[in-house]
Amino acid sequence: MSVQMWTYLFVFLSFGLYIGIAIWSRAGSTKEFYVAGGGVHPVANGMATAADWMSAASFISMTGLISFLGRDGTFYLMGWTGGYVLLALLLAPYLRKFGKFTVPDFIGDRYYSQTARLVAVFCAIVISFIYVCGQMQGAGIVFSRFLEVDVTTGVIIGMAIVFFYAVLGGMKGITYTQVAQYCVLIFAFMVPAIFISIMMTGQVIPQIGFGSELVDGSGYLLDRLDGLSQELGFATYTEGQRSTQDVFFITAALMFGTAGLPHVIIRFFTVPNVRDARRSAGYAMIFIAILYTTAPTVAAFARTNLINSVSNAEYSAMPDWFGKWETTNLISFDDKNNDGKIQYVGDAERNELTVSADIMVMANPEIAGLPNWVIALVTAGALAAALSTAAGLLLVISTSVAHDMLKRTFMPSITEKQELLSARISIFVAVLIAGYVGMNPPAYVAQVVAFAFGLAAASFFPAIVLGIFQKKMNKQGAISGMAAGFIFTASYIIYFKLINPAASTADNWLFGISPEGIGTLGTIINVAFAYTIASFTPDPPDDVQELVENIRLPGEA
Amino acid sequence: MSTTSANSYWKANIKLVLSLLCVWFLISFVCGILLVDVLDNIRIKGFKLGFWIAQQGSILTFIALILIYIRAMDKLDSQYKQAASNDVQNTEGEAK
Repeated sequence: MSVQMWTYLFVFLSFGLYIGIAIWSRAGSTKEFYVAGGGVHPVANGMATAADWMSAASFISMTGLISFLGRDGTFYLMGWTGGYVLLALLLAPYLRKFGKFTVPDFIGDRYYSQTARLVAVFCAIVISFIYVCGQMQGAGIVFSRFLEVDVTTGVIIGMAIVFFYAVLGGMKGITYTQVAQYCVLIFAFMVPAIFISIMMTGQVIPQIGFGSELVDGSGYLLDRLDGLSQELGFATYTEGQRSTQDVFFITAALMFGTAGLPHVIIRFFTVPNVRDARRSAGYAMIFIAILYTTAPTVAAFARTNLINSVSNAEYSAMPDWFGKWETTNLISFDDKNNDGKIQYVGDAERNELTVSADIMVMANPEIAGLPNWVIALVTAGALAAALSTAAGLLLVISTSVAHDMLKRTFMPSITEKQELLSARISIFVAVLIAGYVGMNPPAYVAQVVAFAFGLAAASFFPAIVLGIFQKKMNKQGAISGMAAGFIFTASYIIYFKLINPAASTADNWLFGISPEGIGTLGTIINVAFAYTIASFTPDPPDDVQELVENIRLPGEA
Repeated sequence: MSTTSANSYWKANIKLVLSLLCVWFLISFVCGILLVDVLDNIRIKGFKLGFWIAQQGSILTFIALILIYIRAMDKLDSQYKQAASNDVQNTEGEAK
């Protein structure tokens, strides 16, 4: 069977599965719609959290980025996993004990203020919306590349599927589809990784192959890759190029952001009790780590393979995959010295090959000459990653509107049925807007997605942690902290990414911190504001202090 | 609910979380970023140690930290429940 047929088969089967689950898990109440009824098993929640968390960016782009960044790519690996330690130790158990539906619920009740609630709603919607547009765009690209439909059709198919299970099932539908999507995406990621590890090093486990000798006798994989990189004038793979303080700040921003992302936090509202919230954070960490420890191995394998296949090879003798990816402009060859051979070197003047980072996961199985069904699997996996994350984000937007804005703020008298209906309508509207942006992506969407982390780090993360661990933190402190952190981080990013991208160099950055890492400084500013303002404003009322004491203790909410 | 057992529960919890976060910081930020070049001088088979910690070891440490936390909290929770019920019995005894 051809790759095309296999791709259709896998996509068709996996989508059928998601729709089946959607029909089986329709939501009847707001509790089911918002938190899946609160009865999700910790293992299931761990898988759902992992799928919720690992987006198109984790699945497709991250490995490629590490492939080209070498050791500097570490900030993605540590940043996007280390945040789970913070989530498990500082947030998840207490928020589960608090026992409501959303993050603005917690902020609004803990800081006894509708203003705080609305600031939280605003942050949640902005962060989730930036993020969801990137997912829709990612799904569109995968569809158009592999199923040979145009991006618009691709986005519409993606929208229709997400719409179907998110609107019908809410969190309940999303949870069980995410469990299925986790299985699809991890299988799709691991199979090619295992194949290529066996091929190159004879080791079945890629994490061991990473440190092993190559079967062709040219020594250890990483030494060979360092050698090839130096020979061709690229940076040495296992050495860093970025400044230490920038890597430090980016890693911290990604960690704090991970722990502050509303769509991840709300997953911990769906388990039965505090003990299960801790357990499911552990499972989520393990499920995520499977992909995150494999990604750097694939990055190194793929990079070595790419260099070996293209360096100084005759252009006319390149295999099929080269031409196929050339048509998508993800790989391009410009024969500068007209010798008909591909010079792939670090020196920009002489380099003739441009390779997009996205290609490393998607073309890797073809470059390595793996069987057709393995190549096709990657498509199904990438779609599972994009759709699962999109659904989780859309739910945050929908609950922010229906629950936090309508029920808790502006229209407290609406019935549960009306609230459920408005949740469904807002998810519908959010899907439409996200789809529209996915079809007509403003140039900056892809760049801005990573900054959702900075914003989450600078707004939610400190507000929630202080709310739990500082009994005396009051509303004035929390609101001014969130506002200051958010505004500072957003302005820095908007300035360097949208208004004046030309100035975005290490010399102009504040303390040499890139816009990717500025969220860490935003977090510090948030905390500084919160403490300063709280020190000369009144303590929170007694019932709020009791609430804090209560969420700190074990037992049922 | 007794305040003494609640206080000692919370203190034990803070101590546990802080010590786990120290390891978290030490492995990821100190070993994986600040001292990575120094640790790279040590080689274990095909890996430089600093590079391995940054791209593999740190993630494995994170798993271990969360698992230790889960176990320790389970223990702490049951100790607390025990202490809280003892406290209740004591206060009831004094009242008589």
